[in-house]
Amino acid sequence: MEKSSEQYHTHIEANNRLLTLNLKEVFKYRDLIVLFIKRDFKLTYKQTILGPLWIILNPFISTVIYTIVFGGIAGIGTDGIPKILFYMLSNAVWSFFASCINKTSSTFTANAAVFGKVYFPRLTTPISTVATAAINLLIQLAMFVCFWVYYLLKGQVSPNWIYLPLFFVVIVLLGAMGLGCGIIVSSLTTKYRDLAIAVTFGVQLWMYATPVVYPLSTLGEGSFMRFVLTVNPVTSYIEICRYIILGQGSFTLGGCIWSVAFTVIILFLGIISFNRVEKTFMDTV
Amino acid sequence: MEEYAIKIQGVKKRYKLGQIGGGTLTADLQSWWARVRGKEDPNTKIGSDQRSNGETFMALNGIDLKVKKGEALGIIGGNGAGKSTLLKLLSRVTAPTEGTIDIYGRITSMLEVGTGFHGEMTGRENIYLNGAILGMTKAEVDEKMEDIIEFSEVREFIDTPVKRYSSGMYVKLAFSVAAHLDSEIMIMDEVLAVGDMAFQKKCLDKMRDAAKLEGRTVLYVSHNMNTIRQLCDRCIVLEKGKIMFDGDVEEAIGIYLKKNTTRKQHNDFHIREYDPFITANVKILSIDIFNKDNLVQFGSKISFKAQYTCNTDLNNLYFRLIVCLSDRTAVATANSDKIFCRNGETYTKNFELDTSQLAPGDYLVQIVAFEPNELGAQIRHDYLSIAFTFTVYTNNQLHNFEWNHNAWGHSSLPQLTEF
Repeated sequence: MEKSSEQYHTHIEANNRLLTLNLKEVFKYRDLIVLFIKRDFKLTYKQTILGPLWIILNPFISTVIYTIVFGGIAGIGTDGIPKILFYMLSNAVWSFFASCINKTSSTFTANAAVFGKVYFPRLTTPISTVATAAINLLIQLAMFVCFWVYYLLKGQVSPNWIYLPLFFVVIVLLGAMGLGCGIIVSSLTTKYRDLAIAVTFGVQLWMYATPVVYPLSTLGEGSFMRFVLTVNPVTSYIEICRYIILGQGSFTLGGCIWSVAFTVIILFLGIISFNRVEKTFMDTV
Repeated sequence: MEEYAIKIQGVKKRYKLGQIGGGTLTADLQSWWARVRGKEDPNTKIGSDQRSNGETFMALNGIDLKVKKGEALGIIGGNGAGKSTLLKLLSRVTAPTEGTIDIYGRITSMLEVGTGFHGEMTGRENIYLNGAILGMTKAEVDEKMEDIIEFSEVREFIDTPVKRYSSGMYVKLAFSVAAHLDSEIMIMDEVLAVGDMAFQKKCLDKMRDAAKLEGRTVLYVSHNMNTIRQLCDRCIVLEKGKIMFDGDVEEAIGIYLKKNTTRKQHNDFHIREYDPFITANVKILSIDIFNKDNLVQFGSKISFKAQYTCNTDLNNLYFRLIVCLSDRTAVATANSDKIFCRNGETYTKNFELDTSQLAPGDYLVQIVAFEPNELGAQIRHDYLSIAFTFTVYTNNQLHNFEWNHNAWGHSSLPQLTEF
């Protein structure tokens, strides 16, 4: 008894330290993260006929629409990559990033009822959200691989095999950036609810400022849009993914460094603001 | 040196009143920027003092409290006294504005049972999720699963989505999860008010075992004085964010309940608010107790003078005296004989109430002036929620001990005789 009480000493103080990241505690609650992920999957497709099939069907339909609208009607080039592969990969990667932001941004408001009654490390919720998005991405990638293998056999794509492990690094970085942006928004929405609405538009706009439905190379060197896209930290990630998997993509070393630096900064800022808010958000939410 | 489970020092909690945020993003940025530059906040109202500008509210205003290991502490106080805020701080739902809290041990907080329960998921799945939210690992839940299901009494429905549960089943299951956590400190906010009577008793027993046998520390908030009596061995009374009393349970309950009632010999009712559900045709103006200090010897009578008036002729009026405990639990009732009353007249009459059957203790008396009508209903003409209070005392050698109200009830029947 004596030992255990020393072990579980908790000190609560009024003033927040800037960075009291309690990752150890988050790790202790890892089972909760797993259960949150399971719950999310279970509940999303509850009372649907097709059930989890929607995870694949949804992006597949988007891909078909993109292929028809952007590839067919608008006639945007794809650097010689088979259209279906081009749009499917872009869509999978982007929707992963977008859902990271969209879903984590409502962390506090959506969970206010639970957060108001019991303490557990609040960071578990956004982490489980990002993990759910990552699992969704993996399922979509499995579908992508089927098409990919077909085109590989036909010899229409030439991936850069040696960089393949790097693809997963990029995905992790992208997830980290989505998490960072999401928790910054979620920290602010505890006070300013407007952001929750604005973020949906913001993410849509962001998609068009990212080479998702078109390759970066379609934009002329020196144009304004080209500049916007260079500043956009997601650009490099998407182009790297394309370069690795589909063999075509334009990115610069500087752009990559900027993207990674941005990710680290935004994640850091996100965790700081999350920490500041999580202790007392119940008073304002 | 004593071992403490909880140490609270100078804790204050401030809440903002009124709307928070709401279109003030620019104002907030302005204030923030001013603070950064060390300038005066342009949005502060002139002459406003941070502490009393009427826009903030101190829910807790300097709490110092130490709770020993294995102690069962009751927390009572009126609405808005700060009870729930204190528990929220302890369960880390929100942080204090000032002060420090040290907690030695794991806390199970049951501010509300069933947090995180999801209707679409089955009972079993919810046990896992709820357990994890409360800090158990999956392995721990597995280990306790049987006990939890057994305790919850909903075994048949454990694999049914909880949205199909009755509300009673729902809380039973939820309480069971919380009650089976391994923790050194338990915090409860009225959660025992769940389920049927049998289940409530089971919960109370479980809590008592936790405190008495397992040596856990229990903090319990309730408006039900009986459960406080049964569960706690120390009690604090909160009022306006401060600890008003700290110590013996009975004393604390007495202080909390009798805040406004003192033993007065002269009770004046000339100026008062009338209950909306009385006709106010009769007005009791004053009650004067003849017994000195309102003390009544055990086995004797209390006598008093009542002054009353009426504004209509009444031929069928009765007075009813309801003798209550300090928490308004009725103990015994006495009715008067028929009383005549003429319009506009003021009467002064002496009455005598035989209290020989009342056990020693403190009582308060409510008075109803009523008239039975031809339908058998009673028309209430006047009602006094506290007419007077009195104490029955004994120096009888026969009862060489204090009357135990919890165990023996509140009335003392005549002595047992042989025949």
